[in-house]
Amino acid sequence: MALNPRVGGGWSRSSPRPFGARQLAGLAFIAPLLAYLSAFYAYPLYRNLDLSLRDYTVRSFVQGDAPYSGWDNFSTVLHDPTFWPAMRNTMVFTFVSIVFQYAAGLALAVFFNRHFRLASTLRALFLIPWLLPLIVSASTWSWMFNSESGVVNYGLHLVGVDPVGWLTSPDWALTSVIVANIWIGIPFNLVILYSGLQNIPAELYEAASLDGAGAWQQFRRITFPLLRPVSAITLLLGLVYTLKVFDLIWIMTKGGPGDSSSTLATWSYQLGFGTLLPKFGPGAAVGNILILIALVFGLLYIRVQRRQES
Amino acid sequence: MRNTRRIRNTRRTLLIALAATGALVSVAACGSGSGSSSSSGDSKTYTFWDPYPQFDASSDWGKRVAQCGTQAGVKIKRTAYDTSDLGNKALLAAQQGNAPDVMLVDNPVVSTLVEAGILNKTSDLGLDTSAIQKNIIGAGTLDGSAYGIPVGANTLALYYNKKILAAAHVDPASVKDWGSLTAALAKVKAAGKKGITFSAINTEEGSFQFLPWFWGAGGDLTKLNSAEGVAALTLWKGWVDSGYAPKDVLNNTQTTSWQEFATGDYAFSENGTWQLGNADKAGFGYGIINIPAQKGGSAPVPTGGEFVTVPVQKDTGRYGVSKKIVTCLTSAGSLLATDTTLMYVAPTAAVQAQQVARNPELKPWVTAVAAARGRTSGGLGTKYPTISQPLWTAVQSALSGGKSPQGALDVAQSAAGKG
Repeated sequence: MALNPRVGGGWSRSSPRPFGARQLAGLAFIAPLLAYLSAFYAYPLYRNLDLSLRDYTVRSFVQGDAPYSGWDNFSTVLHDPTFWPAMRNTMVFTFVSIVFQYAAGLALAVFFNRHFRLASTLRALFLIPWLLPLIVSASTWSWMFNSESGVVNYGLHLVGVDPVGWLTSPDWALTSVIVANIWIGIPFNLVILYSGLQNIPAELYEAASLDGAGAWQQFRRITFPLLRPVSAITLLLGLVYTLKVFDLIWIMTKGGPGDSSSTLATWSYQLGFGTLLPKFGPGAAVGNILILIALVFGLLYIRVQRRQES
Repeated sequence: MRNTRRIRNTRRTLLIALAATGALVSVAACGSGSGSSSSSGDSKTYTFWDPYPQFDASSDWGKRVAQCGTQAGVKIKRTAYDTSDLGNKALLAAQQGNAPDVMLVDNPVVSTLVEAGILNKTSDLGLDTSAIQKNIIGAGTLDGSAYGIPVGANTLALYYNKKILAAAHVDPASVKDWGSLTAALAKVKAAGKKGITFSAINTEEGSFQFLPWFWGAGGDLTKLNSAEGVAALTLWKGWVDSGYAPKDVLNNTQTTSWQEFATGDYAFSENGTWQLGNADKAGFGYGIINIPAQKGGSAPVPTGGEFVTVPVQKDTGRYGVSKKIVTCLTSAGSLLATDTTLMYVAPTAAVQAQQVARNPELKPWVTAVAAARGRTSGGLGTKYPTISQPLWTAVQSALSGGKSPQGALDVAQSAAGKG
């Protein structure tokens, strides 16, 4: 969307034309984008909302005559004993992941910003989790956390600690998927924060060191405040990504044992596709709740940004 | 100046590219649209879906399907999907009005598709199912009518590692009930080896593996928290708590459970007919016994395996050829070949006898299949999925130590009751 107005301006400057034709040409240029947006964004969203507001059974799904049921699906979902545990898990998963991803990403970005030898090579190595297909990293983590033959328990055994049921104990399963997710999310934070650091003028640090500020003070008084806009967008994007993480959890625990690591995303899939008898309505309702949560945080971000600008 | 012009140029190129992509997409959309409508209206090409992506067109199965088409005078367009995907794909296709002409589906999915109203009764098509064993076709029978013909059945039994049992001084013939099996596991553990692997994962596989023990105690799927159900779950929990079974049964699929057994460290593995080929490659001597019931005898096991079905079409004139294709695929000669390829037990007594004559190892499997039940049989139909999901959740929460067997099954029963 952002591209078009600017391009339209360029066009008018290079070749002046009568008003109607110019508008037509503009429309013609916007049309593919509009078609794309409505086919791949608006329609799926509408369908998802429609699914969640109708009482779908497999029969009415095929025949397309599901009766409108208002908020019934949402009320079913809200009163399900899985809802609050899933909500709690989603929140814990998202916030713990983001805090650690951000902290580790920031620490690494500051570290690599010192331009020592091999810095770029090492930085490239840190990007590996990002490059690996998720099925590979998730399967590797679940193998490492295996309670019988996993390398993590082997390491614990070497230092004399009893084996931990990383993926098989309800007390540890959520922790295990969070650890794996933090590892996967660090490169994203590292890259964005590192590029943010490049924009902080070096003179500020010079001036600060002339005034006798130490490394910690420089970080607290210069780096962190000047990085705030970049941090905000990193955290928001991280939040949206993490809220909807599905594949990692599904591959590692399928939300189990029981529902001890199930989040809204895995629960929505479980309802829609995880059993032999799909429950499309409640599944879509959970999906919509997830979208709503992401939207709330998005609006919050815009508000905070506006206040900063003014 | 030069820079801004270049930027403007790039922008223009980008836009042209975007426009071109848009045009391409719309052309492609037209192309696929007309393609699909012509294929369903084509009287010479019949669509065929199955859950065997491991077999391509050059495999025995692929060739047999093509040949059945040729015999019926048409060309078959075969598409293979992942088992877990096929049910939803079929629902979507039916919604769009382009369901395949013939479709092979996993047996517990049949009742869901019948509920959706997209399968034809075999009697309406004039297909003969009298030779098929009642308990095998039961999974595809609702309100007295069959909605498909099984191509074969598989089920579960206990594989054992001969070397480990000999070292632990356990005679496999002595395993006759739960007590003697647990005693055997204790001896194996005392001898420094590992007991048994199974799959208690939180998917349909977990319920499938738990059912022989649940039914073996006399459990009833409509009363999950009965004393019998609790006894079965207590047995599994006892094994995990005593270290006879590894903790990772909670994450094991039937395949990973088999891989554990194939390491040669485990005495027993609950697994299916389809592992026979791998068992020969495992590199140690193995044997098979039927899963014992709580108080002796063979436990009823759930039937696995696929049904050939004929989905409802707008153009009913197509059923004649579809019927010929189904008849061809389920003829005695074809069943023998198919079930040999898939390592399944045939659904008719005559073909089973031929199978055992060829391969005596199949004997315990034929016995197990004779004692097997469909998961959706006995009038459960689409109630089964709403029972199975709470059941596997209960197994998970009990084995992981989150809840007691009674507590876990109480929760499951109340969830299943709500549907």
